[in-house]
Amino acid sequence: MIIQHPDLGPRDSSEFVYKGDAELLFRPERTENADQEIFHDYLYLRNNPAGKHRELWYHEYGDRSWLVVTRDTTNHEILKVEYVKDYIKSYKVK
Amino acid sequence: MNYSGLKIFWEGLTGNKGWNKVWKEPTPKKEYDIIIIGGGGHGLSTAYYLSNKFNVNNVAVLEKGWLGSGNIGRNTTIIRSNYLLPENQPFYEFSLKLWENLENDTNYNSMVSQRGVLNLFHSDGQRDAFVRRGNSMILSGADANLLNDVELKELCPYLDFENARFPIKGALLQKRGGTVRHDAVAWGYARGADAKGVDIIQNCEVDGFIIKNGKCIGVETNKGVIKAKKIASCVAGSSGKLMSKAGIRLPIESHVLQAFVSEGLKPILDNVITFGAGHFYVSQSDKGGLVFGGDIDGYNSYAQRGNLPVVEDVCEGGMAIMPMIGRARLLRMWGGIMDMSMDGSPFIDKTHIKGLYFNGGWCYGGFKATPASGYCYAHLLAKDEPHPVAEDYKLDRFLKGKIIDEKGQGAQPNLH
Repeated sequence: MIIQHPDLGPRDSSEFVYKGDAELLFRPERTENADQEIFHDYLYLRNNPAGKHRELWYHEYGDRSWLVVTRDTTNHEILKVEYVKDYIKSYKVK
Repeated sequence: MNYSGLKIFWEGLTGNKGWNKVWKEPTPKKEYDIIIIGGGGHGLSTAYYLSNKFNVNNVAVLEKGWLGSGNIGRNTTIIRSNYLLPENQPFYEFSLKLWENLENDTNYNSMVSQRGVLNLFHSDGQRDAFVRRGNSMILSGADANLLNDVELKELCPYLDFENARFPIKGALLQKRGGTVRHDAVAWGYARGADAKGVDIIQNCEVDGFIIKNGKCIGVETNKGVIKAKKIASCVAGSSGKLMSKAGIRLPIESHVLQAFVSEGLKPILDNVITFGAGHFYVSQSDKGGLVFGGDIDGYNSYAQRGNLPVVEDVCEGGMAIMPMIGRARLLRMWGGIMDMSMDGSPFIDKTHIKGLYFNGGWCYGGFKATPASGYCYAHLLAKDEPHPVAEDYKLDRFLKGKIIDEKGQGAQPNLH
């Protein structure tokens, strides 16, 4: 797979470390009466969709940036690549 | 029809006209006691043990493709019981015992070959870890032998003992481990279940579950609605996709694992050999091809094919322990989809929806578990309580802190 890095252009996926579903960016708040189940669901459960999947790729053997890659899990086609900070901004706007 | 040497001899003399179909092709009934979703190894073995050991015969197996078209036909056929943790090892030893008697049980030639599984070690620390593992195996009633480099050299003189980076210091040997003809496992179980009245329905895809008042009472399929008292999901690889139709999120990610076969070679490899410093495992099939594999690709995937970086990594692993295979050509490679769970261990459990059961999360170790998985799932379905060797394979074990993590990697499925 070739990942279109926003600044560095096309990079081989083997330069990256895969860190899972981008939902993991949104850790629940740790309040005093936070439910154990909320953290269990955050840490252990996954949507694991067959189709469009937003996921974290860390450019470890490159510029050490964190990217959110939108990829189709049924055919490995990459639909969108963005920096995590840009993704979070657009997520908050929504 | 019973298969025997005499029968083969007789049919050979009379033109092979007396062989019957191995299983029927029934149309689905309106209702069953139990529906098993997934006609792969685990689904068929569940149906087999339900009908042959637990006397539950009003059972249907629904398979979206053809029998055994999933991972039972895509694996590297290795059987072993060399786990460390007490939640796992008794289960896999139970499985190995079922493998040992499989052909007598099913009256089907599954070519169970106990050729021995060798796990190589490359350092003193790794040797200590393997001694511990071997002791854990022996405690469960399994066999384990520790070989030093001299003993291993007698067995496998072609290994690269003097490799500068990963010298081979010896191996943990399980003599009772080996390989099995994987497709024949599915066919043998299907035939045995069919003979006891189980309906095996191919090309029947489940589109949704019928859930009323928190109870699952049937499934919607491309062949219409089929009702049942109990619905048993058994579709490892596609568990996430199927269970999302019931609104269930699982502690599982789907990943792709690749496997490889070389061109046919003269017999060179008597055993199964695994590399201890990288991820590479190899055996030789009866047709002569070297069957081997390594790590999963490492990203979520439902595509039954992988990418080139892992191909390179696997071949490097092979070259590091047996440079002689460098001139063999690769004949075929393919990918299968694995349910990678959050601790690397499987699930055989009820779900929170009444009447809906779940079997999955086998990571890339599901083949060797086929008999025990089916037996324990059948036990759970028939008696509504877990089999003693599978009682820790619960869906809520992460919430309760009862994680079964052989590798100690934590909740990162692509590292298990």
